[in-house]
Order: sequence, then C-alpha cells, then structure tokens
Amino acid sequence: MFFRTAWLVLRKDVAIEAKSWEVVTTTLFFAVSCVLIFAFALVKDGRAVGDAAAGILWIAISFSGTLALGRTFERERYAETLRALLLAPAPRAALYTGKLMGMLALLGLAELLLVPLVALLFQASAMFSRPLLLAGLLAGGTVGFCAVGTLFAAMLVRARSRDVLLPILLYPIIIPVIIAGVRGTAALLSAPPDEPTAIMWIGVLTAFDIVFVTLALWTFEPLMTE
Amino acid sequence: MPTSASVDFDTVQVVDVSRHFGRRRAIANVSFEAKSGDILGLLGPNGAGKSTLITMLATLATPSKGEIRYGGESPARLGPGLRTRIGLLAHELHLYPELSAKQNLRFFAELHGLAPHPLIDEALESAGLADRADDAVSSFSRGMRQRLALERSLLHAPRLVLFDEPFTGLDDRAVGLIADRLRRLAANGAIVLLATHDLDMAEGLVNRVALIRNGRLLADEPASPGLRAQYRAIIGAQ
Amino acid sequence: MRKAFGPIAVLAGVMLVGAPIMVARAPYESTMGLVQKIFYFHVPSWFAMFTAIGVCGGASLVHLFRNNPRADRIAEAAGEVAVLFGLMGLVTGPLWGRKAWGVWWQWDAKLTIALLLEMTFISGILVRKYGGPGSDKLAAAVGIFGLAVTPFVYEAVNIWRTIHPLTSVVPTLPASMGAPFWFCVAAFMLLMVLLLMVRVNLGKRQAALDELYLAYED
Repeated sequence: MFFRTAWLVLRKDVAIEAKSWEVVTTTLFFAVSCVLIFAFALVKDGRAVGDAAAGILWIAISFSGTLALGRTFERERYAETLRALLLAPAPRAALYTGKLMGMLALLGLAELLLVPLVALLFQASAMFSRPLLLAGLLAGGTVGFCAVGTLFAAMLVRARSRDVLLPILLYPIIIPVIIAGVRGTAALLSAPPDEPTAIMWIGVLTAFDIVFVTLALWTFEPLMTE
Repeated sequence: MPTSASVDFDTVQVVDVSRHFGRRRAIANVSFEAKSGDILGLLGPNGAGKSTLITMLATLATPSKGEIRYGGESPARLGPGLRTRIGLLAHELHLYPELSAKQNLRFFAELHGLAPHPLIDEALESAGLADRADDAVSSFSRGMRQRLALERSLLHAPRLVLFDEPFTGLDDRAVGLIADRLRRLAANGAIVLLATHDLDMAEGLVNRVALIRNGRLLADEPASPGLRAQYRAIIGAQ
Repeated sequence: MRKAFGPIAVLAGVMLVGAPIMVARAPYESTMGLVQKIFYFHVPSWFAMFTAIGVCGGASLVHLFRNNPRADRIAEAAGEVAVLFGLMGLVTGPLWGRKAWGVWWQWDAKLTIALLLEMTFISGILVRKYGGPGSDKLAAAVGIFGLAVTPFVYEAVNIWRTIHPLTSVVPTLPASMGAPFWFCVAAFMLLMVLLLMVRVNLGKRQAALDELYLAYED
C-alpha cells in the first residue's frame, strides 16, 4: 500500500503537470535567470572568480528548488486536495514519499539543464571528467535538499506567511548540503580533479540523506495533523 | 493492528472533546454518539464549530482534550485502515481542477485500492456527468463539481459519512438527489453526519439533531417534525 | 522545580560574581596574553547553547508526538535561551578574534557553526511568531531538525575551515587554567538553567491566561 500510494501521488502530479508544464518551464527559466544574475556578480574579465562556478550551480539549484517546492504545494492548497490525500488509507508518510519523488524528478530535470549551462558559461567542463562523482554529488545533494524541503513545504501549507517562511526555515538546515555540494564540485574542478575529497563529500551527503529522509518519514504524520 | 480489510465499526463516539487555538475556543466539551442508520444533523450558526468537529471526526485534526472513538477504539489503535471507512465531503470539494472527472475519480479509487471499473462509471452515471467524463473539472459549474465531489467521497462505500454544508449552491433537484442518497446510505447501515446551517434542507432528512453554538453542544435529541421551531426553542432558551 | 529556583539563583549569583575574580587570578596564556581570558566566558556560552539546543530538540520531539503543552513550553524557552547564549558567543568570538588575529570575522569553523545554528533557532522563534495557528508544531519540527543537523554542520564546516584552536585544547589545559574554566562553565550552565526556568514559567503563565480567557467565554 505504501509504495503504491507514493507512486499514485507521483503519477497524479505528473499527469497534472503534463497538462500545462507550468511548473517545469517556469522553474527551468528561473534557474537560468539565477545563473545569469550570479554570473554578472561574479565574473571578472571573462572568467568566473575562484570556485564561483561550483557555487553558482548550487545556488541556482537551491533557489529554483525553493520556488518549485512552493509551487508544487500551492497546487494542493487549491480545493484543499491535500486533505483528500491525507484521507487515503495508506500511511501518511507515503504521501511524503510521492511528493519527494516528484520534487526529485523536477530538480533532476533542472540540473540536466543547469550543469551543462554552468560548464559552458564558466569554462567548467572539467567537472565532466569524473561523471560518476559529479552524478553522486548532485544526487546526494538534491535528495538532501528535497528531503527537508518537501517536509517543510508540506507542513507550511496551512501556515500564515508560508511563502517567506519556507526559505527561512529551510536554508539554515540545508547549509551542510550546500557546503558539501559546492566543495565537492569545486574539488572536481581543480586541476587535477581531487577525487578523494569529492568522495568524502559524497559520503557526508549520503549520511545527511539517510538521517533526514528517515526523520521526515517519521515526523510527517504528526506534522500534517492539525 | 487491524488490517485495512478488517476495520469496521457501527458507532462513533465523541467523548468530551475540546479544541482550542490559543485563546480561541472552537469546540468545548462536546459529547455525543451516532450509530449505524443514524442521520445526525450537526446544526448551528456559521462559526459554531461544526466544521472543526467534522475535521476531527475525519481524523484530519486531533482534539485538544477528550477523544473520538470508532466502535469504541481510538484512531491510533485502528491505524490507517480506519480511513477506508470514512468518507468526507467538505466545502472545498477536494477535486483537482486540471484533471478530468474520470481522472479525479480514478485517482481516488486507486488510492483506496479499488478497481476503477465499474465503480467510476457508475459514479459518473450517478452524478449525471457521464457525457462530461473527460472534461477538466475546471470547466464545471459549482453544482457539477459538487455532484462529482459527492461521488468521490462515497466511492469506497464508507461506514462514516461526513457531509459539511453539502447543499451550498445547488438547485432543488440536486438537493433532493443528495437527500435521497443520504437516506439510502443510512438505510444500508452507514453512520451519516450532516453539518449544515440550513434548517430547511435538514428538515425531514435527519433523524437526530445535535445543536452547536460557540463550540458548545446545546442539545442532542431526536429530530422533531418542526425542526425550525425545535431549533429556535433551544437557541432562544439560551 | 519551583523550589529549586531560589537556591539556584543564589548559587548562580555567587558564582557569577566570583567568576571575574577567578578569571583575573588565572595565569596569562603565552601567546595571546590578556585577550585570551575572554575564553572563560566565550566557551562556556557554547556549552550553554549546545545544552539548550539539546533540551529544545528533545522537548520538541516529545511535543510533536505526544501533544504535550509543557514540552512545547520547554522547547520554546530552550530555543530562546539557545539563541541568547549563541548571541553571547557570537559577540565575544569576534571581539576575541579582532584582538587575537586582527580580523573581526574570518569564517573560522566554530564561529560559523554557531552562526548557522543560531540562524536555525532564530527561524524557530520567527515561525512561532509569524506562522499563525499550529505554529507550535512547525517550531517543534525546527527544533528537531535543528538538533539533528548539528553534527552535520559540525562536520561540514570543520572540514571546510579550521583556524580556531582545536577542541582538544580543553582537556590539555593546565590545572591553573582548568579550575577557573570549569568554574565558569558551571556558572554559565546554572545561568542557563535559571533563564530556562524563568522563561518556562512565563510560558506557563501565558498558558494560564489563555485558559482564563477560554473559561471566561463559558
């Protein structure tokens, strides 16, 4: 029942999104705008300052992720469909899992665009020399961000000032993910690529993911009951 | 913990339930019981706390004090399977506007682990929406959405049927259809709780009345033929 | 618990008056001289802050799963106390840094960790204030997640930056510095407990007032 429910929620979200592609297109466009804003701030003489490329990538992921989180749950606020989901006979944590998978898919899509874009604009194609490690960093970081973000966005659905409270609550908690992601990516960009460091950061991300997905699954139900 | 299939009950008891939000009291020491075959009218003015009670009965909120029991058992002991037996039709309707009528029904059927056909076909027929099955719900009128939401809430043949202001914005014919449906459900053993501020609709439909005002239960008694008079008598006496 | 308040207050008062005397009599550290003595108040602030974070996280867990108003009051109080001692540490730290290393802030590991945790628990206060009804549960989530993230913040920032004196400096303190140091730690912990009790009591009175309002309507 658990995974079936999660899958049904994911499929429903994809079906709704497929009608207009609104959240996907606007999130992708926003991600690109993010990169541009930071590019103008951090590019000097045609080159990105220091490890800015790694930083810009992860900033764009977190900012567009935050926006996407808000939009996805805004959909469930309209007609209060989140309540109908909570009435499903499956354990409520299954709803969290379905939403998490949806967010992972969305951010994954954004990253498919962002990573080549950042590599292109900041002469950072060196990160592709270790594609598995790069994928590991991105996967680990995205899961960590989405694990906490999905929970917080869900619990804020009925709160006042929810739009601004989401980043306020989310960012301090996911800073370790940002540190790990940026330093790991920067390690891949150094010449020669610093594999042990990148692997170490992937380890940190994996531990973070395990702890926080578990914590989120555990606390989802009490947080969603009024 | 009972499995989904085995959860069932024939009474629901609200035991000294209170609910407050900081300084605002929504429900104060309310107790009543409803059993299989009852159509209990939760009557009271707007803001009396009827919706809060319905939300708690649907397990979407927990009481600040007191408890709600389903067949004598607490929701915690019954687990997620309890929700197979509860159907809720609230003001917000809980329908995805981007999806079609059929897709909405199918989603909710599958969430409950039910085979979509012939259930959703019958439901669409019942709602008079068979010809609009593939149209997005956003294109429906309020009345059409209400009929669809009603079918959605009853797809899984729940034991406890919670209707919160189901008559808003409906024409007489639609109201009559809902009333017939509720009578049939009660006759088949469902526990029906109907929250409304509309006494005319409730008249002749409910067999018991629970009057709520300012979160307090003022009366819990069988419905009398002159519901309006009964209501006024109790409210006036306060 | 209330009976303990008086004796604790007296003891804490005496210790905090005595602390500067002990600190002044402690020997000078070789490289930093007088400036180093700020550490007798700076590090105990962290002890208090981390303990408060632990209390907040634990109380938050109890409140989230048991719906216990007393646990909620303790979590709220502990969150605020953590922010308070964090602020003490974040002020004394740069003061020390300016004198010892010449710069106010250079992203040294311990101070950055403290800053991140401070932000987390401030966000907890903000959510209680601006989150509307039900924000006690949201704050409980922040408390739990804030406690859970502490080891990760520690690890990540430590690997990221290290100029700060390593943690191991505490066990290797000479006895003449150890005594005033642990004295100050004890004094600060008592102060923390005191503030916690005061704040929980305030929360209890607010709850009693709410109850009176509710009863009045009846």
